[in-house]
Amino acid sequence: MEQLLIHTGPPVLSILIFLPLICAIPLLFNANERFARNWTLLVTSVAALYSLKLLFGFDRSVAAFQFCEKHTWIQALNINYVVGLDGISILLVLLTTLIMPFCVLASWTYISKRVRAFMVCLLVMESAMIGVFVALDFLLFYVFWEAMLIPMYLIIGIWGGPRKIYASIKFFLYTLAGSVLLLVAIIWLFVQNGYSFFIPDMMWKGYDFNAQILVFLAFFLAFAIKVPMFPFHTWLPAAHVEAPTAGSVILASVLLKMGTYGFLRFALPITPDATIYLAPAILWLSIAGIIYGGFTALAQSDMKKLIAYSSVGHMGFVTLGIFILNQQGIEGSILQMINHGVTTGALFLCVGMIYERTHSRELRSATGVGKFMPIYVTFLTFFSLSSFAFPGTNSFVGEFMILAGTFSFDVAHGKFPYLALAAIPGAVLAAAYMLRMLQKIIWGGTDNPDQSWLKDINKREIITLAPFLLFVFWIGLAPQHFLDLMHVSVANLLSQFAAYSGHGATAVGQLLP
Amino acid sequence: MVFLPELTVMAAGLVFFGLSLTASKPEVVRNTAYVFYAILSLVCLGTLHSSGELFYGAFRVDMFSQLSKLAIAVAAFIVVVICGGHEGIKEKFFPEYQLFQAVSVLGLMMLVSSVDLLAIFVALELSSFAVYVMVPIRRDNEGKMVIQLEAGIKYLLFGVVATGFMLFGMSYIYGLAGSTNIAVIAERLPDLLHEPALVIAAVMVMAGFFFKLAFFPFHFWVPDVYEGASNETTAFIAAAPKIAAVALLVRLASLFDIRGESIGIILAACAVLSMFYGNLSALVQKDIKRMLAFSGIAHAGFVMLGVLTFQTIGYASAAYYIFGYMLMILACFMVICCISKNGDNVAISDFTGLYQRSPLLAVTLLIALFSLAGIPPFIGFTGKFMLLVGAFKEGHHVLVTLAAINTAIGIYYYLSVVRLTFCTADESQESLVINKPNRFMQAISLVLIVAIIYFGVLPNHFLNLMQTALSGV
Repeated sequence: MEQLLIHTGPPVLSILIFLPLICAIPLLFNANERFARNWTLLVTSVAALYSLKLLFGFDRSVAAFQFCEKHTWIQALNINYVVGLDGISILLVLLTTLIMPFCVLASWTYISKRVRAFMVCLLVMESAMIGVFVALDFLLFYVFWEAMLIPMYLIIGIWGGPRKIYASIKFFLYTLAGSVLLLVAIIWLFVQNGYSFFIPDMMWKGYDFNAQILVFLAFFLAFAIKVPMFPFHTWLPAAHVEAPTAGSVILASVLLKMGTYGFLRFALPITPDATIYLAPAILWLSIAGIIYGGFTALAQSDMKKLIAYSSVGHMGFVTLGIFILNQQGIEGSILQMINHGVTTGALFLCVGMIYERTHSRELRSATGVGKFMPIYVTFLTFFSLSSFAFPGTNSFVGEFMILAGTFSFDVAHGKFPYLALAAIPGAVLAAAYMLRMLQKIIWGGTDNPDQSWLKDINKREIITLAPFLLFVFWIGLAPQHFLDLMHVSVANLLSQFAAYSGHGATAVGQLLP
Repeated sequence: MVFLPELTVMAAGLVFFGLSLTASKPEVVRNTAYVFYAILSLVCLGTLHSSGELFYGAFRVDMFSQLSKLAIAVAAFIVVVICGGHEGIKEKFFPEYQLFQAVSVLGLMMLVSSVDLLAIFVALELSSFAVYVMVPIRRDNEGKMVIQLEAGIKYLLFGVVATGFMLFGMSYIYGLAGSTNIAVIAERLPDLLHEPALVIAAVMVMAGFFFKLAFFPFHFWVPDVYEGASNETTAFIAAAPKIAAVALLVRLASLFDIRGESIGIILAACAVLSMFYGNLSALVQKDIKRMLAFSGIAHAGFVMLGVLTFQTIGYASAAYYIFGYMLMILACFMVICCISKNGDNVAISDFTGLYQRSPLLAVTLLIALFSLAGIPPFIGFTGKFMLLVGAFKEGHHVLVTLAAINTAIGIYYYLSVVRLTFCTADESQESLVINKPNRFMQAISLVLIVAIIYFGVLPNHFLNLMQTALSGV
């Protein structure tokens, strides 16, 4: 248990997990829709402010899990309620809590039917998402991981677009089918570790190589579907396109990160040998995702689909950074997870605002709005620049670190940097598809539809978008604030990886510069 | 005192018999049933800690049997409440119907206490015969009596064949061991374990329980009977006999240590076949009761994972799972009874847009179905998880993997019902009449929801109780 720093004082993490869940109860008994909106905004804002306590209490100089709480849960199987936070998860938790109030704001007028039920789903989602990132007991993790499917399914299935049924079922089946074997892997690890589900105890154990491969594949299936990595991505465009704005934002900003978080938290430390063995394949899959996402996004006429495919590309960068297994790459990946959460979340909000006005997601019907919605296109421009990693914005830092890490990975292997060069076209493609969209939305052509009736975004919408812009520049200009939080944890992960004296120790030596 | 629950049921049966002789009003019968099953549940609760033996050691009362009786009584109580309207039963037959249900409950209660082959046989027959009659008693809306009679005949024939096998097997066991008392047989078992005759006999005896449990390959009656019997009868068949069958299986398994023997392998194979058969067949069903019938076959396979561990915790998990199954399936049937018109069968498409018509029923159905599918944090997940862990610990790796894959298959058909309930707008059926759940039923529905979540999230108490109870077996 030495990996845990038990937290004295109020149980911050438990409060963050259960506050939204408990606060969903009053919604069941009050039929007033205005109350539902205001109350949910209040709850998510309180949770967001309270989560800042994590930031101030977080000790950046230790790699151990902090704010830990441990309670016995199911004695018969030695299952405990253990939660904790380290440098890898803290930013993701903060991203989740901070983004939720804006999801509520984005749904203010967008969701007009069954408002209460929608807000209940949002609150349940928030609980489950925070739970996933802080759970240190594998069963607890799995419970949150799966329980999240139900509210997300309902968000897409009830409030979604025309093809919501297809999209919601595909989302549910893909994710569930991916994670059933994860359950078997968890049980295997439980039996191997003296009947314990405690995650830190499962790490760096030197399991049998073949077993590691099988466990890794179970992890891979579950996490790669969630990320989603090429070729498991087909649920994503469908789900993104059909989901209501808040659903798309949650999906893009938080849900996709669970897959990459899973790789970092579980796949690397629990199955290091298998990671080294299978990393090349995953790296090339990431490259495939980057290129494929870029080209497909270039061909889309539906704005949401365009952003959805761009997510496939961006998440390809993240998995690339993780599996090159060096400090720059992994830190870049974590930063890129946050960046993608901020930027893509904001882009979905922007598309949602247009959709609320024109009731169409087609790029064709949104051309030439720059003249009539100047504030809106200003925001959109910055977010688009951020999306293709323009210097000065957040994504630039993340992508640059990942690419630099990839080069040094190739160099450390003493070979020509094929991998890094292969990723470069992805960055170019991103500029191409984002600029194409931006150009059409702002100026369009000679055959623009009549947009003169469009009203520019109102105060609520400005308040929704402004914080995203703040983070775009904050991370872009001063990434050190964010990198500091994760630095020690990532360094510790890699040093343990290097020190891991198993079957693959020599290979690790080659991998680490 | 130790026989008090059974005496209460007998008294209830006599009262219903008396009511059947007079022209009693349906409300009277219904209210009598509520009161009796409520009293019965309380009596079972009160006698939870009693223990003793009766009838020359053939009837054993311990905490395990009393807990099972409590579960059976609660199941019967919920069944009479959720099907309060008795839409599917002609009013003329109300008292008789209740009489048979009481007799069946009596048989099941005796079954969980039986520790003698003959007592088991008599109790099993008592509970079965009553149900043989209950199945064809169904309101006949078209004047054709076709499906209920087919169901009745099918249930009777399969039941009799299964019992025949069982009795035949028992005669072998008696011949080999020289006694009908289970404890005595268990003592002599080690010498007999490698006799082929014993394997055959044991498999035959199990046939009887597998019939009750709807376990492969004794599942053929299930879909047709579920479809043919009235909704309330099906709810009863789906919940109560399974509890008794699992309780008895657990009791037998804890006495006969047959780990690694050929019987265990046969059971494991049947469990896997049960899951695959049930889940794959359920995928294509259009009638909700048939779908639940096939899903029940799959769940029976899951329960067997717990029995196969031959460990206390495995048995406790199996008991936990079947208890959870009872809650989930009764929640489903509550919704079915409310949707059903005049007690007719309910097609899956009838759930279209239910969320708009009755949010409470829709949420009850949502939670019950996701729990059946094994999604956390509901009881169905926790139960499934513990069964998988138990089986994995015992080295049934392939079995566990196949079971996990089955979860992924199963989710599809549960989800398709949820999809219709929540995500499909109700266009044509806006006028569809449903039996508005009265306050009492709303309360039961809330209780079921809370129980499914509560026992799913905090199973500690239940498991500890079960383990204590099982240590006394």
